[in-house]
Amino acid sequence: MTTRTPYVLKGETGDWEVVMGLEIHAQVASNAKLFSGASTAFGADPNCNVSLVDAAMPGMLPVINCKCVEQAVRTGLGLKAEINLYSRFDRKNYFYPDLPQGYQISQFAHPIVGEGEIDVDVEPAHGGEAYSFPCRIERLHLEQDAGKSIHDMDPNSTYVDLNRSGVALMEIVSKPDVRSPAEAAAYVKKIRAIVIALGTCDGDMEKGNLRADVNVSVCRPGQYEKFRETGDFSHLGTRCELKNMNSFRFIQQAIEYEARRQIEIIEGGGTVDQETRLFDADKGETRSMRSKEDAHDYRYFPDPDLLPLEIEQAWIDEIKASLPELPDQKRARFESEYGISHYDAGVLIADAEKAEYFEAVAKGRDAKLAANWVTQELFGYLNKEGLELADSPVSAEALGGLIALISDETISGKIAKDVFARMIAGEGEAAAIVEKHGLKQVTDTGAIEKVVDEIIAANPEQVERVKEKPQTLGWFVGQVMKASGGKANPKAVNEILKAKLGV
Amino acid sequence: MTDLTKLTLAAALDGLKNKQFSAREITQAFVSAIEGARVLNAFVVETPEKALAMADASDAKLAKGTGGKLEGAPLGIKDLYCTKGVRTTACSGILGEFTPTYESTVTQNLWDQGAVMLGKLNMDEFAMGSSNETSKFGNVINPWRREGDNQSLTPGGSSGGSAASVAADLCLAATASDTGGSIRQPAAFTGTVGIKPTYGRASRYGMVAFASSLDQAGPIAKTVEDSAILLDVMCSHDAKDSTSLDVETPDWRGAVTQGVKGMRIGIPKEYRMDGMSEEIDALWEQGIAWLKAAGAEIVDISLPHTKYALPAYYIVAPAEASSNLARYDGMRYGARVEGNNLTQTYEGTRASGFGKEVQRRLLIGTYVLSSGYYDAYYLRAQKVRTKILNDFVEAFESCDAVLTPTCPSPAFAFGEKSGDPVEMYLNDVFTVTANLAGLPGISVPAGLSKNGLPLGLQVIGKALDEAACFRVGGELERAAGFVAKPGRWW
Repeated sequence: MTTRTPYVLKGETGDWEVVMGLEIHAQVASNAKLFSGASTAFGADPNCNVSLVDAAMPGMLPVINCKCVEQAVRTGLGLKAEINLYSRFDRKNYFYPDLPQGYQISQFAHPIVGEGEIDVDVEPAHGGEAYSFPCRIERLHLEQDAGKSIHDMDPNSTYVDLNRSGVALMEIVSKPDVRSPAEAAAYVKKIRAIVIALGTCDGDMEKGNLRADVNVSVCRPGQYEKFRETGDFSHLGTRCELKNMNSFRFIQQAIEYEARRQIEIIEGGGTVDQETRLFDADKGETRSMRSKEDAHDYRYFPDPDLLPLEIEQAWIDEIKASLPELPDQKRARFESEYGISHYDAGVLIADAEKAEYFEAVAKGRDAKLAANWVTQELFGYLNKEGLELADSPVSAEALGGLIALISDETISGKIAKDVFARMIAGEGEAAAIVEKHGLKQVTDTGAIEKVVDEIIAANPEQVERVKEKPQTLGWFVGQVMKASGGKANPKAVNEILKAKLGV
Repeated sequence: MTDLTKLTLAAALDGLKNKQFSAREITQAFVSAIEGARVLNAFVVETPEKALAMADASDAKLAKGTGGKLEGAPLGIKDLYCTKGVRTTACSGILGEFTPTYESTVTQNLWDQGAVMLGKLNMDEFAMGSSNETSKFGNVINPWRREGDNQSLTPGGSSGGSAASVAADLCLAATASDTGGSIRQPAAFTGTVGIKPTYGRASRYGMVAFASSLDQAGPIAKTVEDSAILLDVMCSHDAKDSTSLDVETPDWRGAVTQGVKGMRIGIPKEYRMDGMSEEIDALWEQGIAWLKAAGAEIVDISLPHTKYALPAYYIVAPAEASSNLARYDGMRYGARVEGNNLTQTYEGTRASGFGKEVQRRLLIGTYVLSSGYYDAYYLRAQKVRTKILNDFVEAFESCDAVLTPTCPSPAFAFGEKSGDPVEMYLNDVFTVTANLAGLPGISVPAGLSKNGLPLGLQVIGKALDEAACFRVGGELERAAGFVAKPGRWW
């Protein structure tokens, strides 16, 4: 594992670094909304999952959904964060048609989860070795989602769908510990893996169930260290918030663009305005959404319809005892239990499905071999075809069968690739394919010796040469393998050749 | 046959149970009375067909002996309560012809016990007012008049329709609601009894919200006993209101006749305000003398933060209202004034939908919550609120209930105070403390002013000790022997 090296951008006046803090909005996995009994199911017809509370009818009152509180606590524990026994809901007031109450119920002053820390695993996009860094979590709080405004159904009207109105979100806020576009994407990946493992959010970024706001600023080398020593934000540059990013690729593109934009402004003698910006994926640039000047005065105050949220330590302990294995724990276990590399373990635990698939393949078999086949051959194929693991034409059981054949030397690794291709093509199980096509490895030394003798006899010049240059033995191996149709056991071929040629 | 509309709730329930008259008969009597009293403007929606249908259903139950606690009793419902299928506007233009598809918990409790709905009662818009002058439907007229004077007087507010209809025998009793005195002040102005229970006793589900942390449902009735009967049915624990209390309802009706022997009654010196009229002061002294004579011990107490209560109230209530009323944006229901763009639609809708007093309070509320002013106003007001509660907690160490006047004056004429909002707000000076502290408070008619208008005394109890309010209220009622009724001029 390599150490973390600063991500440096070259400007006209010298080097620059970036500093980022992220706010992730993760939709709480729950059947009902945060303060109403309406369903959270995705894909319902517009305005079908809306209760009287969600539509803010007169006299309607919010009632907290305990399942959502439990999910927030569970997530907090997964972030190794402090769980606050006392938290409180505030109202964030603003007018918008997709906000029926005229306020969002959120936790402003007293969040349910306080400070925590996670290890983030980074695979730099521009090459370089993988590494990990600790990212501190500032807080996690519960809040309501708004409805959806639809502007493109009619040229003169906006339509509003309140199905999402009142759905529970967890807002997870990091400290400004993220220092490169790759780290930002890796941080989101890690949070996503944690909430998926915990079952507290489905992590579906395409549906917007997990999205990130990235606060980006730039500074000169050395300034960030001063900030960390003093906690004084004046050492850092003015930040801009990139809103609602729901793809790892866009997160990185947007940050790269935004950092460059800020550097150009500063180097041109200007100042960066604190503002909210949107990333335009088509143009690959960020543009201003609203500046600090027209920022709302949200008039936060404690929601008088709700009592403070007071929870008991015993309940937290109960939830803690029921936590599933988290990605970091799983990675460590994969390394120690299966003896696979830190990197492979990282790839395999990236989501629960992959890890589960791998464990099914590796169970009772050569785990290292299983890891190679799953990460290289299978994932390689799926990536190339753009398939999800769930759509894999080869089940874990079937792939395990193939690996068993390699381990007991029924087939060679090379032949196995051919068998794998046939499995993908739907020819059935590995053993049956091997049987049908006669791909069984020849380990009968008598048969191999016969082939070796024939080749030695037919190539006297090569025999002379190999005695002077033993590294040309490979030529004989190739000839024997070719003659056997690839079925000869390569290990046996090597041994017999060496013996007969005296090298 | 006696005039059924003049019966108390208790007597009417007995009569119905004993089949002296039918629910249809008494309901019809009230329907006719309401028709004949439209000049009072107490009802904004009359539901005679519904009332008679409910009465017939009650008669069927009464015949089988399966009637509920309020079987066949015709009641009036403040327009603040959402009633399924019956227009509910909180007397605001912004709700237009809004007709709920749901029923408030309090009214559902009433129907479940067999009560009959006569209609919806007029009120100050969104319960913001002390004279009923802010209603979109025009003010209610107090059935009481000054002796030898035909000038129209306010019934008080915001539950002016509730108080006037009970005083004028247009219903057996009525639901009301109290955020800063909206049950007790109109009760005092109309010679009726009104009680605001402990915050959390009654569910707020389905009540159009004014200020969530202060709003509380309660009844206005002809007698202390009637108010106990009705409050008992109105209160319940409700999972749909997070601030609803999961507590038992004790025998309040029994408490009314229990007497005050051995009770310690606190008299707060801070309620003797400068400029308080002599007759209010004299009434208070009379009340003290009555309770003393009935065996209560009179204790001087101090509630030192009283003078900050009104300013704190007029910060907290508008602050909450400014947020609670944000939902009236013309987007989903109620009135809408179409503009050229979203902002214009919002502005047009809210400018024409809300009356002047509501707009004033929304502006105050928005201001006190604004960043930069929050600490100086809202946060400070909340601190005052805690101090006021602590004042009571301390005072209740040496007394069991507190006796005060309900209002600084008897009913006034329209326009007398509506020119100056601050003078209007002073009406609430004795009542807001109970809301800020979440305590129960009852107003009981105890005498008449020099010019023949009813005056009320207020009893504030400990949290959840409505029983003390009913004991003291019952004693005051007996001692006062208050039987005066407004002469019928309508």
